[in-house]
Amino acid sequence: MVYTLCFALFLTGLYCALTKKNTVKIVIGLAIMEYAVNLFLILLGYRRNGVAPILDRSTDLADFLARSVDPLPQALVLTAIVIGLGVTSLAVALCIRLYEKYGTFDVTQIRRLKG
Amino acid sequence: MNSILPPLLIAVPLGIAFLIPLVARRLDRLADTLGNLATLSLLAVALLMFPLRGVYRIGGWNPPVGISWVLDGLSNLMLVVVNLVSFVATLFSIRYMERYTAKHRYYSLFLLMVAGMNGVILSGDLFNLFVFLEIASVSSYALVAFGGRHEELEASFKYLVLGSVGSTLVLLAVALSYAVTGYLNMGSVSTLIAGRQAEPVLLLAAVFFIVGFGVKAAVVPFHPWLPDAHPSAPAPISAMLSGVLIKALGVYALSRVLFNVIGVDPVIAGVLIAVGALSMVVGVFLAVGQWDFKRLLAYHSISQMGYVVLGLGLGGYILATGGARGAATLAILGGLFHLANHSVFKSLLFLCSGSIEQATGTRQLKEMGGLRERMPLTRATCTIASLSIAGVPPFNGFWSKLLIVLAAFQAGFAWLAAITILVSLVTLISFLKVLRYAFLGALPEPLRDVREAPALMSISLVLLAVLCTGMGLLLVPAVRGVVLDPAVAALSQGLEYARSLMAGM
Repeated sequence: MVYTLCFALFLTGLYCALTKKNTVKIVIGLAIMEYAVNLFLILLGYRRNGVAPILDRSTDLADFLARSVDPLPQALVLTAIVIGLGVTSLAVALCIRLYEKYGTFDVTQIRRLKG
Repeated sequence: MNSILPPLLIAVPLGIAFLIPLVARRLDRLADTLGNLATLSLLAVALLMFPLRGVYRIGGWNPPVGISWVLDGLSNLMLVVVNLVSFVATLFSIRYMERYTAKHRYYSLFLLMVAGMNGVILSGDLFNLFVFLEIASVSSYALVAFGGRHEELEASFKYLVLGSVGSTLVLLAVALSYAVTGYLNMGSVSTLIAGRQAEPVLLLAAVFFIVGFGVKAAVVPFHPWLPDAHPSAPAPISAMLSGVLIKALGVYALSRVLFNVIGVDPVIAGVLIAVGALSMVVGVFLAVGQWDFKRLLAYHSISQMGYVVLGLGLGGYILATGGARGAATLAILGGLFHLANHSVFKSLLFLCSGSIEQATGTRQLKEMGGLRERMPLTRATCTIASLSIAGVPPFNGFWSKLLIVLAAFQAGFAWLAAITILVSLVTLISFLKVLRYAFLGALPEPLRDVREAPALMSISLVLLAVLCTGMGLLLVPAVRGVVLDPAVAALSQGLEYARSLMAGM
């Protein structure tokens, strides 16, 4: 169920990125897609009532394995968020430059290239 | 394997990319020197590494816990191609980029892109592959917009949106394979999913991989960004994007994942064949009508990538249906050889277009003409490259196309062979048009005092032209056994790759 909702969020982002006319909304759509994937990765490692995946000497190993959440997706998501930040900031910078040049955020009016 | 060479391929470009803005902000000469030294040393490292095979473990952690880098015939071949083209492109940039300000930023972004591509080629880990893919992609978005004019910003935005959608799909596919297997290491994932390819989740992952890498490779129907983005970038960057970026990020990554991790079945191979044939035909017919030189070249890139994908798909199909192994090897050999050849002649064509643009100030073929006496060297190299791309013997393009046609015949796909030859003819017509309008005819009045390109730019043109003429020699059996056959073996072994990766622990 939760995965279906996550996938729906992903499709919302994809729809937004591909159909919206406003450049800023397209960037928002990309961000939604990215966060849907990040959410999916976190859900993969999630466990109800799980404990933080930090092992110290006093914890019992079997109990730890049975209860801890999966730490790897969290590391992946951290990396993915940083990459997403880079892409989003570049995209927003391009939107600003496009606005300076064309005086609009509307992609239907930003079209000098065709063919 | 404990060689120090593989990390250098990432460390050198990354380090110098961040060093250049620190020390060479106002010294363009220093930025030139550092940039060229970096790419030259990368080429040397790639050549030195050529005989090396094995698994490099980052930080000494064994797979599947640690990240591993894999060196096999295919990655070695790709590394040499990428670093060769990037060296020639930086050599060309020294004089060409003088018209832009902020050369140090250019070299920074350029080296970041090279680091990303080297990483994609080396990586034996799915998430690591994604990270390097994004490093290369993000710097290429910025490089397309480097000129900062209307068209460049527009092309860059379009490229960024489609490219990010592609990357996100790749990340989703990586997440799905992690969900099924609990591993990211390509070898472990491949071993665990063996025989389970029909599960819906894995099918979904395969589809996302194909679409995601397909966007990066700009195969039809995911091509619309390429004809805008490639012509808008500065000429050396167009050469890099068309010459190596779409191959390293697109075709290489796709074939690595499909052949070595998921495994090709007849359906996936059929998709590759269809996409390849479609790209060939659509690309070439869109190219014929173009009058902007660089845009024409960009459409031809789509068409030529079709040849590569077709060759690989054909090989995969024959392997998956249990056909003659000889024909499969021939098809994959044709595809990979065409990939290497296309890097050389397409980057040469883009550099030629850059040197013409530098001299005449225009990219429109109709505004050129009569440059044959004014720019004899550019004319000679451009002719060689045009004949190569059109598949005229004895230039390199002929040999790889011949292999693909032969393989299609052997596999019983005579109609595919016919399409391949037809597309080749249309390509020839299109390039005869280019040569006719650019170099023959009367010299227009505004171009009276056009000069040949500066020496440094000409050197890079000649270097690539010599390669175009000589690369057919790679098919001589003795040379082929060292250079091309190991690369073919890496793909045609298919899933045994996983076992060899685990054996390298």
